[in-house]
Amino acid sequence: MTKMLSRRAFLQGSALAGAAISADLSFAPAIAQTGAIRIGLLTIKSGPLAQAGLQVDQGLTAFLKEKASTINGRKVDIIVADTGGTPAGARSKAQELVEREKVDLILGPVTATEMLAISDYIRRARIPIITLGGAEDLTQRHLNPWLIRTCPSSAQTCHPMADFSAKELGFKRMATISDDFAFGHEQVGGFLRVFEDNGGKIVRKLWPPLITPDYTPYIAQIQNVDGVFMGFTGSNPVKFMRAYSELGVKKDIPLVGGWTTGDDALLKSLGDEALGVQTASIYTASLPNDSNKRFVAAVLKDYENLPGAYAAWAYVTLLCLEAALKTTGGDVSDKQVLIDALRGVSLQDSPCGNFHFDKYGNIVGDVFIRRIDRKDGKLVNTIVKTYPNVSQFWTYPEDQFLAQPVYSRDFPPAKNLEN
Amino acid sequence: MWFILTVNSITLGGLLFLLSAGFSLIFGLMRIPNLTHGSFFMLGGYLGVTYLNCGMNFWVAALLAALTMAVIGGLVERLLLRPLAGNAMQQVLLTLGLSFIIADLSLTIWTGDPVRVPTPGGLEGTADFLSLHFPIYRLAVVGIAVTIAVGLWLLIDKTRLGAMIRAGVDDAPMARVVGIPVSALFSLVFALGAALAGFAGLIGGPYLSIYPGLDSEMLPLALIVVILGGINSLLGALVGSIIIGFLFNFGQVLFPNLAYMILFLPMLIVLLFRPQGLFGRNA
Repeated sequence: MTKMLSRRAFLQGSALAGAAISADLSFAPAIAQTGAIRIGLLTIKSGPLAQAGLQVDQGLTAFLKEKASTINGRKVDIIVADTGGTPAGARSKAQELVEREKVDLILGPVTATEMLAISDYIRRARIPIITLGGAEDLTQRHLNPWLIRTCPSSAQTCHPMADFSAKELGFKRMATISDDFAFGHEQVGGFLRVFEDNGGKIVRKLWPPLITPDYTPYIAQIQNVDGVFMGFTGSNPVKFMRAYSELGVKKDIPLVGGWTTGDDALLKSLGDEALGVQTASIYTASLPNDSNKRFVAAVLKDYENLPGAYAAWAYVTLLCLEAALKTTGGDVSDKQVLIDALRGVSLQDSPCGNFHFDKYGNIVGDVFIRRIDRKDGKLVNTIVKTYPNVSQFWTYPEDQFLAQPVYSRDFPPAKNLEN
Repeated sequence: MWFILTVNSITLGGLLFLLSAGFSLIFGLMRIPNLTHGSFFMLGGYLGVTYLNCGMNFWVAALLAALTMAVIGGLVERLLLRPLAGNAMQQVLLTLGLSFIIADLSLTIWTGDPVRVPTPGGLEGTADFLSLHFPIYRLAVVGIAVTIAVGLWLLIDKTRLGAMIRAGVDDAPMARVVGIPVSALFSLVFALGAALAGFAGLIGGPYLSIYPGLDSEMLPLALIVVILGGINSLLGALVGSIIIGFLFNFGQVLFPNLAYMILFLPMLIVLLFRPQGLFGRNA
């Protein structure tokens, strides 16, 4: 008996020491364990990727405050696990959430590599997961029946960005520059495919390492093109755009980018160098519908910054759960029923506008092309064009899309590269 | 393009020198690689930006950031490293642990959003040369680096204090015997190193910006420069910085597939054939 107790005490102690599980997000006092829905949150609270985790917090908090920490009348307990942004961390925390904390479903993880690391485990554990990891194959060639994705697949917003570049901006020759890792490869792959299918030519592909102190040597190679597509993440867009503008390239060669480069939460870190840059995203803080206005106001009030896409998707994730619980009558015990209900969710008024999920669990929604402008002294995104109901397959037939290899550094092959 | 690359190599070298001069000094005197150096760089940047937001002039903010970092560096040496004197391994581990603490503290205080550092007044815009453009500020960084380099050289080579530091570097126990306060020198040099790193943090801000992870990006650069140039040698740090500046700029363009190893390959070759570094002396 004492042995049991001391062992349990040890486990709790070690969890605390590692700051592994802390329930700082649960507003609900844990009185009725049976009554509360237990949501495990795989997020990033420490390390260089923590910004995404902070945003997820903002989105979840906005929702829980609005709904007084309940979903359909049931209390919500959020059990927070910090993965540190590493695949190994995600794997052990996922197991901890499922087996020790007995959560009903998992939100997160935030990055694609983490989701890839736990995908097999999720399949075995048969636990519904709503992820923010963008890796294409999670909803394509390596399906996970327990997963839905409220964020777009890596290339999903790059397809319309390429369409816009070719048709509306009239670019004929473009260069791409992107972080040299899977998310960057998949973004450029999708952009290249649609741009070249519309008669454009990608004449140069640049791949700076994820950690690059200075982009000047890359920018010096950009010449004789109509436009540049960038697929940077984290703080890299800030560094890149500053150098791009200061080296005098921007005034001759306009920039377009993936959603991470013009994210609303990033705008306060940018200056004049970002003006006029156009990016494509499935969420934008400037979308003028009721749900989004409410959401943006809530985040502005509490955090004094515009919510970025991660915050919005975290919020939308809980909206989906709410809608799914309406279908199941508030029941979360049958996991199969729960994931089916989640996959069947279709919302009209959300911060992301209308969306539903395809049969692979990936979001199908509106993609906004937005331009960074200065309004009242602050940078804001202005919606230039909306592509409605964009799926991860763009306009390509599903089976044909899936028969091809996944987008990568060298696929689709760039046939028009010049030196 | 080649012209831009050449100029940029020198400016990047200048920034790297500001970063690694302090690292080199500390390594030379105390014989430990200070793994907190990248954190000092980042912390200096964050502090500088905080001062800027209080309405301070850029240069005043940079000097004040350096001063703050000097105090922090001095305290770290006095209170944390001193009790472990003589045990290099423990000291190195301590600096590593400290870097994690600083990283998470910075995250709490300054959040995870990248911080944009405005270019100081008068240095905005580009210098135009025929059809080529180059940011004026980066040229100014070279000027700053040269000034600091000359200042450090005068300090080390021409002053009594410098003579004591050199004596400490060459043979600390013997210096102690002849009455040089080596422990006080340790604190002083550590504070100076931290100040240089903190100063560089804000100076680099207008083109690096400041964000979580900057610390661990800058530390390896300082290590490479010092290993390449040679421990104990300011000239080594200067030459090492310029070499790395050129390698980085031209390497990324000429050998894009070697982007990841371009900085480490020469370091490896130098370690194989001249382990003390290009300008280092045999201990």
